[in-house]
Amino acid sequence: MPANRHAGAVEEGINPETWLEEHGDFLFRYAWSRLRDRYSAEDLVQDTLLAAIDMRRGFQGRSSLRTWLLGILRHKIIDYMRRKAREVPIEDESIFDQISERFFDARGEWLVKPLEWKDDPSRIIERKEFWDVLMRCLAELPENMANTFVLRELEELDSQEICKALRITSTNLGALLYRARLRLRRCLEMNWFV
Amino acid sequence: MLSCRKTTQLISESFERKLSLLEKLAVRMHLLVCRLCPRFRSQILFIENAMRQMRSSEKETEILEGSDRPALSPEAVERIRSSIRERLQH
Repeated sequence: MPANRHAGAVEEGINPETWLEEHGDFLFRYAWSRLRDRYSAEDLVQDTLLAAIDMRRGFQGRSSLRTWLLGILRHKIIDYMRRKAREVPIEDESIFDQISERFFDARGEWLVKPLEWKDDPSRIIERKEFWDVLMRCLAELPENMANTFVLRELEELDSQEICKALRITSTNLGALLYRARLRLRRCLEMNWFV
Repeated sequence: MLSCRKTTQLISESFERKLSLLEKLAVRMHLLVCRLCPRFRSQILFIENAMRQMRSSEKETEILEGSDRPALSPEAVERIRSSIRERLQH
């Protein structure tokens, strides 16, 4: 019957059996780009889809299904990072001193001097290999430091939101982001620019 | 005069908070006389810019949809599929 077929089509939008096939890899890539770990990313895709099933009556169709699923995933990512921050306590404020050991001398002058980058950065961004290097550099950071950087730069949370999510002070946040930027800059320099 | 360490620290912080007038002046003074810190600054800006481009190309799904991008492993697909079925039966 035509009426039934129509009802079926509407229902299709909230047929969770198809979600995995249609959005699974998209959600996975998103999670992977945030967590840099395949297994955690796969777990979060599963958590997201199961949570979406529980909440599916709340899906109003005002946004696309994919956008709705992505919203759930993004919450899961922040929860995951919060748990990680609790497992491995984020270093205290003395990390400022550790930075100077690596990149600066006791007087605060450069030990590992920034080199001139030969490539024209504006062109590089279009190249896929560059993103792979960037992701690898991110993966080399200590986990909480990388997570902080991801929340700030990719998830676009503001300082207050990150401090709340990871339960750190704003001084700590500043120190973590500073260290992340020092190290990422150096890593890109070594692996791409020079 | 600020040290290079302090200068780069303030440059990094300026992405998260507005520097005070005094801090801004001190950074600017240092950048005038230092050869390395301006380099650091423009390279950090480049990274910020790259991250911004990554976010916007995600929206255009270039990065997330490329055919050679990583995908769920077959094992994960199987595991997730059966957990979905199980959940739907409850």
